Amino acid sequence: MGLPLGTAAIVLVVLLWELARPTLKRALARGRELWAAHRRGSAPIGYDPGRERRAEQRARALLRSCVTEHDWAMYRDLGFLRVWGGLGARADDAPPAQASYAYLVYPHKPVVAYVPDTGELLNEYCVAFPDMSKPYGSARLPDSDDVLAKWMALTADERRLVGEANMHLPGRQVDPDRVRRDLARLSRWERELSARRAGSVRAA
Amino acid sequence: MKLLRMKPGHGEIVLAEGDVAVPEQERELIEAFRRELDAGMWAAVPTQAPGGRREAELVKSFDEVPRDAERVIFFPRAAGGSPQATR
Repeated sequence: MGLPLGTAAIVLVVLLWELARPTLKRALARGRELWAAHRRGSAPIGYDPGRERRAEQRARALLRSCVTEHDWAMYRDLGFLRVWGGLGARADDAPPAQASYAYLVYPHKPVVAYVPDTGELLNEYCVAFPDMSKPYGSARLPDSDDVLAKWMALTADERRLVGEANMHLPGRQVDPDRVRRDLARLSRWERELSARRAGSVRAA
Repeated sequence: MKLLRMKPGHGEIVLAEGDVAVPEQERELIEAFRRELDAGMWAAVPTQAPGGRREAELVKSFDEVPRDAERVIFFPRAAGGSPQATR
């Protein structure tokens, strides 16, 4: 009794194996392809994290050489720049009494327009500076170069940059809560900076 | 005067450097300037106003570059983009 049952079990297992083998082979091959694609995606050909870091250091030095000390400190400490709208007769770090709107410039994110007096968010201007020559396989400038490109374009020809950008309502790509938190951080940062300046003047 | 170009994966590179008062060097600067504009780059001259304000000036020809400018920065022209959502 045991022998026929055992034989039948073995035959059944072999039959199931033969039936399942093509499917298993296909699944295995697919898995290998997915794994290879994942590895390619996470480490593109020619990608060198050291080179990217050096590029960003150069870009930061260039940005620093172009903007005021106040703006550089803002970017260094907060990770974004504020550019007053309707540029013209005002100093970069003057209180926003004359500017009815301003922009927050983030690296590789849309430029966000807002009202300094109320904190109301106005628009997002989605703009990029892709270098299609892709010297190292990527069209993307280092973060600080992207910020500098936006700053130069905004301060030189705000209308032109806004015209080139895709305009959206706030919240399309940048979280409005995050922008509001950044505005609060900026406000606190400027208060602390003013207090430090006042303190150093008194000490002198 | 230095002509710089922003470059992905590198930061800025020096395209050309010379004295605009020396005709041969000015010619080289002009040629490099034209090459970049022909390649679709925007050119900006960072400036500093007497009050300390910093800004930039976009220039479309070498004639528009102030003679005393220390550098001209080329960067890819702006394009309406739609990067991945960052929320």
